[in-house]
Amino acid sequence: MTKDVLVFGEIRNGKLKKVIKELISAGRRLTSGEGAIDAVLIGEGAKDAASDIDGYGLRKITVVEDEALKDYSTEGYADCLSDLIRSADPAYVLMGATAMGRDLGSRVVAKIDGVMFSDCVDVNAEDGRCVARRPVYSGKLFIEITPQGEIPSIITIRPNNVPPAESVDGSTEIVTHASGIDRGSIRAIVSEILPLAGGRPDVSEADVIVSGGRALKDASNFKILEELTDLLGGAVGASRAAVDAGYADHALQVGQTGKIVNPKLYIACGISGAIQHLAGMRTSKVIVAINKDSNAPIFEKAHYGIVGDLFEVVPILTEEIKKLM
Amino acid sequence: MKIIVLLKRVPDTEAKILINQNGDGIREEGIKFVINPYDEYAIEEGLLLRDKVGGDSKVTVVCMGAEEATENIRTALAMGADDAVHICDPALKKPGPLTSATVMAKAIKDEGYDIIFCGKQAIDDDMAQVQGIMAEILDIPQVNVAVKFELSDDAQNVILQRRIEGGDEKIEARLPAIISCEKGLNEPRYASLPGIMKAKKKEIRTKSLADLGFDDVPGGGKSRILKWLPLPKGGECRMVEAEEISDAVGELVRLLREEAKVL
Amino acid sequence: MHIRFRSIEMDFELSEEQKMIRETARNFARKDLEPVAVEANESGVFPTEIYEKLGELGFMGMTVPEEYGGTNLGSLCLVIALEEISRVCASTAVAVSVHNSLANRIVLKYANDGLRDRFLPDLASGKILGAYAVTEPAAGSDLASLRMSAVKKGDEYILNGTKIFISTGNKAGVIVVFARTDQEDKKRGISAFLIEPGFDGFSVGKVEDKMGLKASTTVELVFEDCRVPAENMLGGEGDGLKIALSSLDSGRIGIAAQSVGITQAALDEAVSFARERKQFGKRIIDFQSTRWKIADMAMNLDAARLLVYRAAVLSDSEQRSSKEVSIAKLFASQAANRVVYDSLQIHGGVGYTKEFLIERLYRDARVLEIYEGTSEIQRLVISREVMEEYDRMMPD
Repeated sequence: MTKDVLVFGEIRNGKLKKVIKELISAGRRLTSGEGAIDAVLIGEGAKDAASDIDGYGLRKITVVEDEALKDYSTEGYADCLSDLIRSADPAYVLMGATAMGRDLGSRVVAKIDGVMFSDCVDVNAEDGRCVARRPVYSGKLFIEITPQGEIPSIITIRPNNVPPAESVDGSTEIVTHASGIDRGSIRAIVSEILPLAGGRPDVSEADVIVSGGRALKDASNFKILEELTDLLGGAVGASRAAVDAGYADHALQVGQTGKIVNPKLYIACGISGAIQHLAGMRTSKVIVAINKDSNAPIFEKAHYGIVGDLFEVVPILTEEIKKLM
Repeated sequence: MKIIVLLKRVPDTEAKILINQNGDGIREEGIKFVINPYDEYAIEEGLLLRDKVGGDSKVTVVCMGAEEATENIRTALAMGADDAVHICDPALKKPGPLTSATVMAKAIKDEGYDIIFCGKQAIDDDMAQVQGIMAEILDIPQVNVAVKFELSDDAQNVILQRRIEGGDEKIEARLPAIISCEKGLNEPRYASLPGIMKAKKKEIRTKSLADLGFDDVPGGGKSRILKWLPLPKGGECRMVEAEEISDAVGELVRLLREEAKVL
Repeated sequence: MHIRFRSIEMDFELSEEQKMIRETARNFARKDLEPVAVEANESGVFPTEIYEKLGELGFMGMTVPEEYGGTNLGSLCLVIALEEISRVCASTAVAVSVHNSLANRIVLKYANDGLRDRFLPDLASGKILGAYAVTEPAAGSDLASLRMSAVKKGDEYILNGTKIFISTGNKAGVIVVFARTDQEDKKRGISAFLIEPGFDGFSVGKVEDKMGLKASTTVELVFEDCRVPAENMLGGEGDGLKIALSSLDSGRIGIAAQSVGITQAALDEAVSFARERKQFGKRIIDFQSTRWKIADMAMNLDAARLLVYRAAVLSDSEQRSSKEVSIAKLFASQAANRVVYDSLQIHGGVGYTKEFLIERLYRDARVLEIYEGTSEIQRLVISREVMEEYDRMMPD
């Protein structure tokens, strides 16, 4: 087993997902001067995609654009990737913890007799060994885990957790590989992709909620929150005060007499934080409070707070997040 | 049709999870253990399929777990599953996905199967690997994160929708196959009172590692947990301040991204 | 002086099945009942779809044998289910209790084969609801003084009179009604009848606007020359008092279970609120005065539950249980009222508003000491039983 890192780039609709730069960054930590970082790109558009990661100090990019592997299939990609892993013999194989990564990784790990760490939020090298941090119990705790023995490790890493790699001088060898896989041998085939219907999730199911209180002053001002929410793919919520004042529909009400919500991120804008409201969103993973009043009770429950006028803060927040996307 | 459903006993999602005294796991006293919520979708889909196909179709629950898991198996039987295999062995302590997949695959092979349903992940270790490893061991196709399921007219294939970023993939797979189930696939039924009474008489076949032909625990020892870490303390609210509001917001975004990891 | 009590074998641990039943009831209450409970209790609209769902799960046939489609699980399981349902909506629990403990039991035991075959399957599946009508404007605790008349005419009985405060009376498919076939005979003058709402001369009168239990309809039933087929008599002519008295215990256990559910909810709400509310620089749950209230509430809850379980187990074992049932009903109903009082006190001002559940629990709890036998009646029963025990043991 070498000390190398093999990075798998996910290609969807001919585009290479940007998480690969984060994987390269993680790869650099793991090799820390000793091993090399290679990449594998499989699928239609792989050759063009290779140029996206040329100039990141990779040793080799293997491109597979076989007709049989033009679109993702578990078995096709797993067979191909496993072959490449066996010949390259890396210590670590990095993938994004995406639908593809999770699906592919678990099939490949069985083929290569390795170990897999799923959905990691951080990866580092300690004493020449990989230490991966990952959430367990639905994110209530974290563990740091390391492989034992000379076995290859597949590590899937959650997007937007490891900072993306910066480009470096030098070019990378790009090699084409023919997988030799017969499409007829693939037993689960994707026939089409159905885009998700538009519209926001229901507030009781949303992962992200941006909520407004009476400080919104008018129903039309909820537009400010909607822009932010849509960027984050979330739902809009409201306090009872806002609903009673007619600024929002009761369906959006979060709280004792409204809905109990449990998002990963709850942004309370101009909400004072009365107990009835808190009862509805208390279990949110991360609570951000924006309020003009530094004594507002919501700040006692929030994880992060900004004392300020929501009409100033929220638009700036929207812009900052746009920059991230 | 012989339908297999995988079941795992896990702490209730509403339970308070704390690290134990030794720092090598979670504190288990006082925690309620339930059927892994994603496995409930698997059980329900298995029951729906059995009732659709009819004949002598059967839903068999396969659970690898401690003795206490019988109560969760019994609940699955109360929901309507026909019988169960409970793999229980003192040597199996907190098995990883490779061990679980290897041992359960053997039990499933012994049972015979046409299709296997499981949850997309277990909410304790959140590894989501058992289905992929098992599919490789059994040499069958896998479809993960299914939100829609249909048996083809000739009952030789399954047609599914699988959730990916921004949409769903429509997949057709040849049977036998393993399907992992996602929320939204169906609405799991309650264990009805008649079901609870019938469950008493349903068979649970207990198997040790030896019964399945294993001399010792397969697939163990490939990883080691170095540390268990709690979430950073709730405590004080981190007030983000700066001269300019725009700087404060920028800092907030940075914190949300790098520290809280929610962006 | 040494008093011997009967020794009762009691395992304090619920069986696996009982735990699963509790789990199903709890999950149902949380997922299906809770979302509609607030609205139903505000608007007073009877949630029929809830009873259908409860029926599908088997909760509406718990006292009916399997041959009629019931689950025949008995009192303890019914108590467990009623407690879970009451935690979320006491009004729903009343309907389920009356249906199982009173209507179904009486139809099963006293109706003829024809009526049983006709009604029990639908009652057991929850397709129709059962009600129980004994109370009249002038006959409450003194039920034997009821005046509704039932005069035999050919192969029918003609009923005249009114019943009041009848739960589910306007939604039921069958109603067990007590009327006097003999105005003079105190003991053997009352008979029981199975009334179907379609009978000529039957109508629903006033719908009560109550302080609490608003999602449970409570109505007046009016009988004006109501024609009831003779085969709808339950038991024999003159059996009515016996039937009514023998049903008292099962009805009381149901209400005792309802009391426990309300008590549990009130305690949960108090603790949940006190952990959030801060005054004088700390959470109010950290004040000793609050903690002591919580201790008392927990004690009341625990004692009530144990008494109710014991009464249910005794009843299932078909031993004489009137004293234990009355003790359970009296204690549990009083405990519920004490606990909702303390819980409301802990909530402070907001507890007095509709924003919090305690406001409804407080209003729902008040009737617990009144219906299905007032606390005064329970004391009559208990003291009578106790005196008999002493009389048997003490020398003259």
